[in-house]
Amino acid sequence: MLRLEARPQPSRVMSMGSPLLALAITVVVGIVLFAALGKDPARGLQVFFVEPVKSAYALSELSIKAVPLVLIALGLALCFRSNIWNIGAEGQFVVGALAAGWVAMQAGPGTAWLGKGIVLPILLAGVLGGMAWAAIVALLRERFNANEILVSLMLVYVADMLLAYLVYGPWKDPAGYNFPQTITFDATTKIPRLVAGLRMNIGLVIALAAVAALWAFLFRTYRGFALQVGGLAPAAARYAGFSSRRALWTALLVSGGLAGLAGGLEAAGPLGQLTPYVPAGYGFAAIIVAFVGRLHPVGIVFSAVLMSMFYIGGELAQSRLGLPKALTGVFQGLLLFALLACDTLIHYRVRMGRGVKA
Amino acid sequence: MNELALLLAATLNAGTVLAIAGLGLLINERAGIVNLGAEGMMLVAAIAGFATAVHSGSDVLAFVAGMGAGALMAAAFGVLVIWLNTNQYATGLALSLFGAGFSAFVGITYTQQRIGERPQFAFPGLSDIPVLGPALFRHHPLVYGVVALAVGLTWFLYRSRAGLVLRAVGESPESAHALGYPVRRIRLAAVVAGGALCGLAGAYISVIYTPLWVEGMVAGKGWIALALTTFATWRPLRVLLGAYLFGGVTMLQFHLQGEGVQIASQWLTMLPYLSTIIVLVLISRNPNWIKVNMPASLGKPFFPGN
Repeated sequence: MLRLEARPQPSRVMSMGSPLLALAITVVVGIVLFAALGKDPARGLQVFFVEPVKSAYALSELSIKAVPLVLIALGLALCFRSNIWNIGAEGQFVVGALAAGWVAMQAGPGTAWLGKGIVLPILLAGVLGGMAWAAIVALLRERFNANEILVSLMLVYVADMLLAYLVYGPWKDPAGYNFPQTITFDATTKIPRLVAGLRMNIGLVIALAAVAALWAFLFRTYRGFALQVGGLAPAAARYAGFSSRRALWTALLVSGGLAGLAGGLEAAGPLGQLTPYVPAGYGFAAIIVAFVGRLHPVGIVFSAVLMSMFYIGGELAQSRLGLPKALTGVFQGLLLFALLACDTLIHYRVRMGRGVKA
Repeated sequence: MNELALLLAATLNAGTVLAIAGLGLLINERAGIVNLGAEGMMLVAAIAGFATAVHSGSDVLAFVAGMGAGALMAAAFGVLVIWLNTNQYATGLALSLFGAGFSAFVGITYTQQRIGERPQFAFPGLSDIPVLGPALFRHHPLVYGVVALAVGLTWFLYRSRAGLVLRAVGESPESAHALGYPVRRIRLAAVVAGGALCGLAGAYISVIYTPLWVEGMVAGKGWIALALTTFATWRPLRVLLGAYLFGGVTMLQFHLQGEGVQIASQWLTMLPYLSTIIVLVLISRNPNWIKVNMPASLGKPFFPGN
């Protein structure tokens, strides 16, 4: 019989190896799934792991998906490290997109003097929108002790409805043949691209800067340290005099702001207008990204790239192999599940022999 | 008057979904386990139930399939959190995310399918009473079944030995373990029971309540059911009451739309989610009230032998 034996200290090797093991399990299940669906597994692996990285164009498209995932996951990592369970990043993303979209809609001949500078207030609005939405969660948790998991999640549905109300109602493009969409934003609002001809934009630079900033905050500042102590050992944090109230607000405002920024980049970047399809599930996928990336800023970059490959692979599987795009969600969920199981190996060794009876 | 009867009937129907899932979650929370995967289990059960109903034409088989799907997913969750000691929140979220993806994937071929004419139920005689008849006595048997379930569960938790053990496991797993109870197996059984009931709720949505399959059709009901257990301070009859309350709020939106109230439909669709937040705020305002009622080791892992 197999049994688990506690390791004297967490294994560093397994801590890095567990995500790779989880990926391997997901790939094996994927191969079985492709075979079961009567598709060539080699083709399946190719659309998921080769096609998304095989050309400059493909990499640029990959970055379009990876940037929001990195930004949102960074904020969530901060939350989860502080033991604050914000799972409503999707809503904060949507409200960020709404706020940024509102500013972008004001652009026109009157704001031409700003030139490309208009992008700055647009992104700022996105950040503030996301922050405001997350602040509701922080406020209700602080003042009324309301569970942040449920409140943040309920606010996702509210944000989706708010978006639907606006694009079906007051913000609907009068010249849009009654489609639920806003006007196409003025050309000046377009997020500047990095390379001519590719959709890759300055969001990539912003995301990488955010990675560095969060790394510095978590591992090089007193407040970052205090936050993590609060997450690991609330009693110790109280004894040390670290404010749990400050940790709550910092974590939620930062993660809300980052999710809102991602929403702003999305609205004024690839979308260029608001439609009911703004929520693309990045907020939920970023939860997986954060865990698979070990809640570490650098790890998050790698896992976001992996998850983006799942997104693009799913789209390609639909167009090339005739498989539903929902395959992406299956693999993403499977990856997190496998990861959590593999993480056991960080703290425990598997031993053969009779275990202690439970 | 007839309007009122219809509203009441719709409320009972909508509340039933929430009550079944909420009572299931209550069982595993009483054993100390929070399963955030309710939404995912309900989605997978909804498609499992719907597919079974399409192919077999039997509602009973569809319910069994839904319960099986929910129980299976809960068992996977249970093994992970109870034996492998994974974080309950993260694992539950994984279950919800996986369920959303998996149900969408499997369900794609069923989006256009219809199942046969839904059977009409009526208590002979009673259903002809004006107002009360259509309001109370023309429902699917599960609508009455859930009331029995809530009463039965109350009896089980507070009057039976097994219920006492279940509560002990949720309050103080160490003591239960010291007394020789197999804490982890009891927790797994409770988690599986919770999953089966969430599965039944999911299948009820796609087979009786709606009845069709749409991607993401559970629309947060799993999460509202999770909120219900807190709202009910972990008491079965209060879960039932809360479920009808939320069912009423959900139905009010259609009623108001039907009345021609001049308000965009999106504001009305928001109502159940907003009321969940408001109710959570009201009930959680007093931390002591929650602390006294919450199973003491809710969400905390228990790992014997070290």
